[in-house]
Formats: sequence, C-alpha cells, structure tokens
Amino acid sequence: MSAVSMTVNGKAVTGDVEARTLLVQFLRENLRLTGTHVGCDTSQCGACVVHIDGIAVKSCTMLALQCEGSNITTIEGLAAPNGPLHPMQEAFRENHGLQCGFCTPGMIMAALDIVRRKGHDLDEHTIRQELDGNICRCTGYHNIVKAIAAGAKAMDKGGVPRQAAE
Amino acid sequence: MSATGIGAAVRRKEDLRFITGKGQYTDDVVRPGEVRAAFVRSPHAHARITSVDASVAKSMPGVVDVLTGAELKNDKIGNLICGWMIHSKDGSPMKMAPHPALAADKVCHVGDAVAVVIAETLSQARDAAEKVKVDYEVLPAVTDPAKAKSGPQIHEIAPNNTIYQWSLGDSKAVDAAFAGARHITKLDIINNRLVPNAIEPRAALAEYDSGTDQLTLWNTTQNPHVARLVIAAFVGMAPEHKLRVIAPDVGGGFGSKIFIYPEEVVCLWAARKMGRPVKWTADRSESFVTDAHGRDHVTHAELALDERGKILAMRVSTIANLGAYMSTFSSSVPTYLYGTLLSGQYDIPHIYCEVDAVYTNTVPVDAYRGAGRPEATFVVERLVEIAGRQMGIDPVDLRKLNFVKTFPHQTPVIMAYDAGDYHASLKKALELADVKGFNRRRREAARRGKLRGLGYSTYIEACGIAPSQAVGSLGCGVGLWESAEVRVNPTGTVEVLTGTHAHGQGHETTFAQLVSERLGIPFENISIVHGDTDKVQFGMGTYGSRSGAVGMSAIVKALEKIEAKAKKVAAHMLEAAEGDIVFKDGKFTVAGTDKSTTWGDVALNAYIAHKFAGQDLEPGLKETSFYDPINFTFPAGCHICEVEIDRDTGKTEIVTWTAVDDFGTVVNPMIVEGQVHGGIAQGIGQALLEGAVYDNDGQLVTGSLMDYSMPHAHDLPSFRIGLTETKSPSNPLGIKGCGEAGAIAAPAAVINAITDAIGTEDISMPATPQVVWSALSRTQTRAAA
Repeated sequence: MSAVSMTVNGKAVTGDVEARTLLVQFLRENLRLTGTHVGCDTSQCGACVVHIDGIAVKSCTMLALQCEGSNITTIEGLAAPNGPLHPMQEAFRENHGLQCGFCTPGMIMAALDIVRRKGHDLDEHTIRQELDGNICRCTGYHNIVKAIAAGAKAMDKGGVPRQAAE
Repeated sequence: MSATGIGAAVRRKEDLRFITGKGQYTDDVVRPGEVRAAFVRSPHAHARITSVDASVAKSMPGVVDVLTGAELKNDKIGNLICGWMIHSKDGSPMKMAPHPALAADKVCHVGDAVAVVIAETLSQARDAAEKVKVDYEVLPAVTDPAKAKSGPQIHEIAPNNTIYQWSLGDSKAVDAAFAGARHITKLDIINNRLVPNAIEPRAALAEYDSGTDQLTLWNTTQNPHVARLVIAAFVGMAPEHKLRVIAPDVGGGFGSKIFIYPEEVVCLWAARKMGRPVKWTADRSESFVTDAHGRDHVTHAELALDERGKILAMRVSTIANLGAYMSTFSSSVPTYLYGTLLSGQYDIPHIYCEVDAVYTNTVPVDAYRGAGRPEATFVVERLVEIAGRQMGIDPVDLRKLNFVKTFPHQTPVIMAYDAGDYHASLKKALELADVKGFNRRRREAARRGKLRGLGYSTYIEACGIAPSQAVGSLGCGVGLWESAEVRVNPTGTVEVLTGTHAHGQGHETTFAQLVSERLGIPFENISIVHGDTDKVQFGMGTYGSRSGAVGMSAIVKALEKIEAKAKKVAAHMLEAAEGDIVFKDGKFTVAGTDKSTTWGDVALNAYIAHKFAGQDLEPGLKETSFYDPINFTFPAGCHICEVEIDRDTGKTEIVTWTAVDDFGTVVNPMIVEGQVHGGIAQGIGQALLEGAVYDNDGQLVTGSLMDYSMPHAHDLPSFRIGLTETKSPSNPLGIKGCGEAGAIAAPAAVINAITDAIGTEDISMPATPQVVWSALSRTQTRAAA
C-alpha cells in the first residue's frame, strides 16, 4: 500500500492505495464519492468521467497514484452544497437529458469538457461527435444533445468560464 | 390542465439526485463488515466439471471462503425457474432443465458460474478466483438455434435440445387461403441476438441478521417482489416474510433486470453462511456473459394476398433460441408476446404460427425491450413492405388497404384490439416526414452519389401487461395486476406506494402528477415510494409498458377510495350529509352552500378524529387498491426512416426519423417523448449496429463494449416526434403505454429504408457497412451479368 494525496472538490485528501487501485475506485471506495460510476471495464462508456486539473478524464483509465498532487473535480463538486446548480446540471434537468441517471454524471463532466474545448456555441453535429466517449442506453441522446447545447449557452450568459467550476 | 397535472411536461422530481451525483444505486450501498464476491466462471460453452480445487484460493490473503456448486447442492438451495408454462402442440409441457445458481456437475455456457470467492476486498476476491482450479471435460457445443436440434444434447430432459414446439392459429384455414392466393411473398429472417447493456451493471448486496433470522437483499431489479417470491418459494432461500428485497436506484433495465439471477441467490446464501454482508457487482465482461440476452430468432414467413393486395393469410415458422437455461419469463417471449402480435395493424383473416424453442450453449435469452413484439413487427412490416414492392403497389397504399378500421377487432391470434386509428398516425407521419418531397431528395442525393431510401413501420404492440385471468389461461405463473397504497398524512401531504418500479421512467414525477390533479394538492406535497418489499405490500414491477396503464390505474382506484373516505370526514366536519359533499380542486364544499373545508383540514380531522365517533368511522386516511386490467392495451403508430447510403463504403446514415405514436392519454409529454427516443435508439442499434456473435465453440466473440457496437450519439439523428390519441377503453385513464414502441417499430423501418435505397431485399441485421456493401456488390454483379 502507498499513500496518495490530491485535492478533490476543493478538499485535500489522502489515502492508502494499492499500486493497481484505479482513480475511480479511490473516489468511490475510499472517499465514498459514489456519483462517479463504473459502467464498463474497457473505457468505452464514460460513466466515470471526472476532471483532473480541469480536463475530462475517464477515471477508470488512471491509477490513483498517478493523480498525486492533482486537482480533481467530480460531479459532487460541480455545485456548492446547498448552492445553485451548475448551468450544465440545470440544462440536463430542464431538457430531460437523463432517465435512469447512471451515465449522467459522466455525461455532464464530459459536456463541460466539450464546452472548454469547443466553446459555448455548439452545433448538434459537434456535440454528437464529441460524445463519442460516452454511452447512454436510455435517452437515444436526443435530449442530451439539446441539454449540452443549452447548458453551454447558459454558461456563457452566466459568466461561467469555459473551465467550468474548477 | 394544471401546471403539474396530467398532460403537463413537468420536470422530473428524481433528477436532482442524479445530476448532483447523489443517486443511490446498489453498488453505492455499503453495509458494515461487508465482504466482496467474485465468481469463478466457465471458460467453456459445454463441459462436465470433473473437480474443483479451492485449496490455494482459500489460503490467499483476505479470503473468507470459497463456495462451490457441490456445497450449494448440499445446502439444498433450489434451482432457478421459468415462471410461464408453455405446452407443445402435442400437449406436452415445456422441458425445463434444472438451473442451479452454481453449477456442480456440468456447465452449459461460457460464463456459467461454478464457484464464488468471498474476500475482504474485491481485488483479493478476484485474485483468489483466478486460483480456483476447475477441471473440465470439454463437450461439443451448439450455439446456432438453426442447428440446435441436431447438436449435442445439453440437458437430459430435452431430446433434440427442444424445449417446446408451440403453435397458434388454424393451419388448415391458412393452407386453404394460400391455395387461393394471387400473390405470395416469402421471407427468411434472422432476428439478431442482442445484449441489453443497461449502463449500470447488475449488482447484489445481501445481509443476514442472525438475531431476527432476517435476510435483506439490495438488488438491481425491475420487480423486487417477484424476486422475493421466486427466491423464497422456489429457491427456498428463506420464507417470504424473512426476506426483504430492496431495489434502490436502478440504472436502466430494458427487461434484463426483470429476471432472477444466480448471483443474487449466491450472495444471500453466502451472507447467511458467513454472517457478513456480501456484495457482488458485475463488471461489463461479466454482464455480457450473464445478463439475459434478447431476440435470436430464425424465421421463415409467408404472406398470401389477392390481386388487389388484400392480405388473405400469414404463415410463420420460427426457431427461438432460449440459451443454456430457461430464464424467468423466457418461454413467454417467442410465444404469447410474439405469435399474438403477428396481425400487426392489419385485418388478416387467417394466421398460423409455429415456434420451436431450443436450448443452445449460450447465455439465456429472455425479454429485452419489446420482448417478442419487435420480432413480430419485423416479420409483419418486412412482409408487407416487400409484398407491396413485388406487386407494384405503393407500400403505403397496401397498408391502408389492409388496416383494421373498426374496433373492437378480434385477430385470429388471441388479441382483441380495443381502440386505434391507424390511418391517423400514418397520415400525420407522412406529413411530418414530408414524404411528398422524398423523390426530390432522392434525386438530390443521387447527384451527390448517395443512395437514398425511405422505410415505413406501422407497428402495433400489446402492453399494459396484463389481465391476470387471461395470462393465467396462457400459462403465466403469476397474476399481472398492480397494487397501490395511498397514505395521506395528518398534514395533508401524501405518499403513494406502488408495486411498479422505476429505473429511468420517471414514475416519481408522473405518478405525482396524477395525484396532484386528482386531489388538487401541490405536486411538491406528494412522494412516490417504490422498490422495497418492506414498504410496499406487493407488486409485479415494471416491464411491458405496464406502469402507466396498470400501475397508475391502481393509484386511481386507491384515490377514489381516499376521496370517498375524505368526503365522509368532511361531512362530519361540515355537519352535512355525505352525499352533499363536493370535492373539487382540493376543497370540500356542501353543495349549494358556501360551507367548505380544505384538503389539509380534512386530513388532520381524519387523524385526530374529534368530529366523528371512531366506532362509526375509522380514523385515518389510507387506502389500498389492487387493480387488474380488463384487457391488454394496444399502442400503435407509424415510424418513417429516411437513409442515405454511401455506395463505396456501404455505410448507412439515418438522415431523418419520424415517429407518430398513439399512446392514448399522455401524462407527461416530455417523459413520453424521452421513452420514444430511447426505444428508437435501441431499435436502430439492432438494425444497424448490434449483434451478439458466438463462434462455433460457444465463445462470445462480441464480449465487450469494444466488440459489441452500442449506438453512440453520432450514430443517431434527432427525432421528429408526433402523437395521435385514441384513448384506451381498458383502463380508467385511457393510457396505452410508451416504453417499448420505439424498439418495436424501428428495426423494420430501418431495413425497409435500406432495401428501398439499394434495391434488394437480401439484407440481414445488423446492416453494417460490410453487410450493405456486400448486398450492393451482389446487386451490381447481377445487374452486370
């Protein structure tokens, strides 16, 4: 076991992990941040997307030890406790961009990265192409695409920077 | 219509927890002292187990125990069962082979569980599972349903691997009609095997309290009460009252989480043996080889028509692959959920259908979104489309000529359609899809070197599952009514306990809309409770688009009782006759006077019981209803798919999708449209992308998300959705159900569009670029020759 330290959702955390412990396991099992989900074992589904130093990463593809000193944001860290929702979260609710909710945290975290890279004025084609790393089985993506376009616009209006809440 | 009543696009109550990461799925639940389970699974499709040596594994760090199939047998843990009896046409019962939760003597598919390792951590359990040494005597395997009957016998009980040979309809009448037909269309179809792939993998967490002899199971299930019933009454794990099943947030099901699986049985058994909570969560690779798959039919179908294109008769012969064991409801899918829907939207005088269900060395096959009805629709809608093309009749005109026009309509295959207007949905879809402009678009595409095609699917389904007597007469082992309990609190807030279960459908919202409208109380004051056998008395769960039509009808009945009781309380409060009390918009008024009282006051008075003698009127305000529907419901509609195909690569792009559906009363159009979107995506997935492929040795070649092509955002268009409405006369709200329509309608629309574009009917699903390119090449070769 090795010690690892990082900042998660603005809080300094440490833990003892095996060399093989994945970041997603560390988040879910050590920190009990269960909003980040595991939907596959081949890095296809994207349910585990978090932000590492502001960039979207599938947390099943990183070892916890690789994140030493990193600044991690998970779905739980997007909105302050009891504060307003992040515009992208609000857009998913407003546009019915989720059904069972399991892929949703990864979708929202991936969506924020699309905004970071592609800006606030996102067309349908761009969103669909950029969602290649995230799978939803419920929605047929129709409303996810709408939600991301609306969320991106709302972030612009609300003065939320492209880097989202990091 | 109020802002939160029936018909309003209310935003969902459940979303807040999901968008903030606060959902509680089974794997998120942690119990004190919990240990983790890892299964040892067969790498062979068919083999005899000659020995299991767990001695090394047991000595590894963190390992609590290793349990085997032999121990399961010693502990007299019963087998899993299939709950729907199908009789063959010779009257013999289906051949249900034993399905132990852990195999002791023989494995029958890759992924069949042989042993389980229980360890302190998941990593330790997995490490040790790799060290359990199982010796196998490998046997020849069969995976192709068409070859099953001549393949190696898998179960002693089933010679020729045949489970049943079922038939429906009058074969003599069909033969006679065919003999007099002017035109006969023949079609061979493989309805491809699909892997449901709910994004949340299945999971189970079992806990035993030795002080109360109580077992609790947190489980990814669509029907916790059915799970409890089967595990108690058939597996014999514990008496029903000593087993609590909790289905917390469940991340998608699509049918695959209806069934009772070996892993939950083993976790319960192990938890009691260890005296510690035992958790198992599938990784995706395990899901692929253990979640029940869908479809997998091999079918020959024929349609007889007269010179005008009027359908005279249909003949269908299907081999259905049920996999290595009979899963919970597997027997019903290719029979009463399939043969009964072969009349489609058409007035067909005679239909005969025979289905042979077979065992193969593959993962069990059971209901997957649509369950039997997508297979039926694909047969019917391909036959009709091809018949039109062959006879030189516009497929739209052929459909119109044959539509059922008057209701009720008795089909020759059991179902009695109660209401519908198939012309209306077709007409609206033709307009929304701008079919008039299609030829122009086709010419324009041709100029770009693309082949453009248009395909229809005018589907029907039977939902609102189901009248208990009717399904009982067809072999179902349970009744398919639904229950509801409405609890009014003294402050007037309301909890509704329902036996349905939501895993994405939004019941917490739509059911609250119903209650808000009926009681005239704020939407926020209503909670929907589901998914816990200790809270909800009994219920049949969610599948078959039944929750609205059956589950909400139960709530309506309970609300009627609540209203009746509340009026009695109000009558005492207002010192008026009960018959003079009018209840409207949350207010009780004495008719013809200005005397009134509010919902909240009545609720309080029901509990404090100061205004009436408790001996005359029972205090409290809580009512229960068990609602049994009088018929299935029959959602129907028209989907139109427009594709463009690249000649050089064979790649199909879905350019537009139009869906016009008649779901009867729509409670929340936003949620209904979402259900349609998701269903269409799964149907397009079946048509273009998805297919579970086994090699001849029984290895699942498409065993991960790298190999099995799931629909991605860039594979799909946005959808044009329209609605028409004929209310279902079979339930008090007029609801028909919407959960499966897209998956039922879509495959035929896609394949009809592709075949329209490329000019040959010779195409299989999934119509990958390779399939389409090969079909194009064959056509061009024929044209050149």
